[in-house]
Amino acid sequence: MSERKTDIGPPHYEQFLPPIIKENYGKWKYHEIPEPGVLKHVSESGAELYSVRAGASRLISTDFVREVCDLADKFCDGYFRFTSRNNIEFLLTDKARIEPLKKDLKELGWPVGGTGHSVTSIIHTQGWVHCHTPAIDASGPVKAVMDDLFEYFGSHQLPAQVRIALACCINMCGAVHCSDIAMCGVHRTVPKIDHQKLRHLCEIPTTIASCPTGAIRPHPDKSIKSVVVNEPRCMYCGNCYTMCPALPCFDSEKGGVALLVGGKVSNAKSPPAFSRLAVPYIPNNPPRWPETVETIRKILIKYAEGANKWERLGEWIERIGWEKFFEVCDLPFTFQHIDDYKFQAYETYRTSMHFKF
Amino acid sequence: MSKTPLLDQLESGPWPSFVTDLKRIAAKKPQVLDLLGQLERSYQEKITHWKHGGIVGVLGYGSGIIGRYSDLPDEFPGVEHFHTMRINQPSGWFYTTAALRQLCDIWDKHGSSVMNLHGATGDVIFLGCRTENLEPCFAELTAAGWDLGGSGSTFRSPSCCVGPARCEWSCYDTMEACYEITQEMQFDLHRPSYPYKYKIKFSGCPNDCVAAVARADLSVIGVWKDDIRVDQSAVQAYAGGELKPKGGGAHVDKLDVQADVVGLCPTYCMSYDGKTLKIDDRNCNHCMHCINMMPQALRPGTETGAAILLGSHAPILEGAQLSWVIQPFMVMESPYDEFKELNSRITEWWAEHGKNRERVGELILRLGMREFLEAAELPPAPQQVRIPRANPFFFWNQSDFDAEAKGRKYYQTEGFDVE
Repeated sequence: MSERKTDIGPPHYEQFLPPIIKENYGKWKYHEIPEPGVLKHVSESGAELYSVRAGASRLISTDFVREVCDLADKFCDGYFRFTSRNNIEFLLTDKARIEPLKKDLKELGWPVGGTGHSVTSIIHTQGWVHCHTPAIDASGPVKAVMDDLFEYFGSHQLPAQVRIALACCINMCGAVHCSDIAMCGVHRTVPKIDHQKLRHLCEIPTTIASCPTGAIRPHPDKSIKSVVVNEPRCMYCGNCYTMCPALPCFDSEKGGVALLVGGKVSNAKSPPAFSRLAVPYIPNNPPRWPETVETIRKILIKYAEGANKWERLGEWIERIGWEKFFEVCDLPFTFQHIDDYKFQAYETYRTSMHFKF
Repeated sequence: MSKTPLLDQLESGPWPSFVTDLKRIAAKKPQVLDLLGQLERSYQEKITHWKHGGIVGVLGYGSGIIGRYSDLPDEFPGVEHFHTMRINQPSGWFYTTAALRQLCDIWDKHGSSVMNLHGATGDVIFLGCRTENLEPCFAELTAAGWDLGGSGSTFRSPSCCVGPARCEWSCYDTMEACYEITQEMQFDLHRPSYPYKYKIKFSGCPNDCVAAVARADLSVIGVWKDDIRVDQSAVQAYAGGELKPKGGGAHVDKLDVQADVVGLCPTYCMSYDGKTLKIDDRNCNHCMHCINMMPQALRPGTETGAAILLGSHAPILEGAQLSWVIQPFMVMESPYDEFKELNSRITEWWAEHGKNRERVGELILRLGMREFLEAAELPPAPQQVRIPRANPFFFWNQSDFDAEAKGRKYYQTEGFDVE
């Protein structure tokens, strides 16, 4: 055991930087996007770096990674990187290699794009393939939506960039809460208490404390060492299940997809903003979630038609007003759209006469 | 007949298919065949088949491994244990093929060959390891120079944008800061000692490509204090259509400098007379719009550093929060002592006062911003708020009265009384 290494941290990044980046580190002057999926960075020294961006699944195999490596060896002297949205970037110094690389990518079926005013890869969570609390799958709906919006990945035809994200439950491991369009898996079932299991598996005070709405109380019959749920107060967050496995809130039929829209993280023009509820529930419909795919396309098309140039989706909605957004997109407005959760609720109520009919 | 008729429907269409990719692995790895079988079952029943958690790990660490067990182990024995390993990624997600092939070799040997590049926090994710293979896999990873990332109530693996490695807008060295802070925090990264998770993300400019403002408790966002650098001849080239807006990344071929840049400036601090672009830099709020539109004409200034923001998290539990400004400007240079000291004041205060599973942003809402700022030794600054309070319910502490008694106007923090 004496040789056991710990706490060494990640390898130093410098060993992974191609020579052109080491030479021009911190000296980049400007960039261009000569075509969708291709970035050109120019240094103060005059050096030019080309990055070819391709879309991939987030859920991948080592076979896939080895294929990426083969391409990077062939075209980029063995250097490449991933983006914050799970795209692959091949780093080239020789402009003449772009076309042959694109040809190989096409043969492998990896789309080139994801730059500028595109719909780039969807960031997402694990879903049914690896998570214990999801309401929906993740990789499946993402594949279905990207298949449908494929034309927007490899082009710059939208008024601004559109960032789509998916979280398979409201824990939002993918932090989808600031995306132009967010899919969020929602449960709609009150936890089913397994009293026998609960008394052996769970600590009752922590289980009670875990509920953000105070819906969980000790069981009135003290001989049953368990809890009861005040059902009307439960909003199915699953936080109690995280603390106590005897409180599952899953249901084959009631789970589904909520869509939230209009968020952003960049500060350009308008400040960073949360995504807001557009559709509270779409049925869970594997394997291709057609109603979800169709609704996202509808919102995207209405945005593309209605937005001014450079307007992000949320900026478009802010300008026309949410009442117009629901009208234009033909989406029903429901009780679920009106916030009644804690401190954020008040600031969403309208206190002016600035509204439209 | 295929055993996965529903998943098979995800093999068609132009976007790369994870099903096709997993199927070829399933031919070599029986556990992936079972993974597809169990996933197909979830597609039929619309419900997950993974059991709740389970504590597994490697010796001496309390993080980096997430236990995962199937609730159908008899039917799908290959996924009875299918634990997640998080491996701390290199800054900026740069790799050599040699390094990635080495990771693949280790994972093919000890696990399922299924992975994510990368997980939501930024780590390399290995999906599907049996308990008895965790320690040997970890030993090979560390021998090759890799280490586990954070999970549970720890300091999570920090991440950063590409920064000065390939971006002209980065106002500090995000790659170096991320690496140095990750190394500094190794103990807290691997041993859960916090009330809940704690994340740091480093973005080089206010475009915030790693979503620091939304996805990190402590968000470090690059900014400049002096003037935007302007190349007037390049502005003319944009106006004349020789250069394309957003470097060509837009749906518009020719920029209208007045309408598209000046007219959309949120602070109205620019003007353009057809020849010269003038910027009143003292009134610029660093939104990046004009720079994004004309990357060959405009660049951030040279007096650079970062704004420090704190508090963001996803909706669990009190509702989602974005980080708010706690220190409007900090010089970010190695060895990052000022940043490290501020970070430890934050985590110490939170570790002392935070309830179980309470994020630092939620604790501040519970105990009050003043209490936090005093603990963090940060003076009040107008940049911290969007607008001041509208109610008259403010507190006066003894320290305020003491400052008054000493003939000073207001107490700010120890050593920062307003004369």
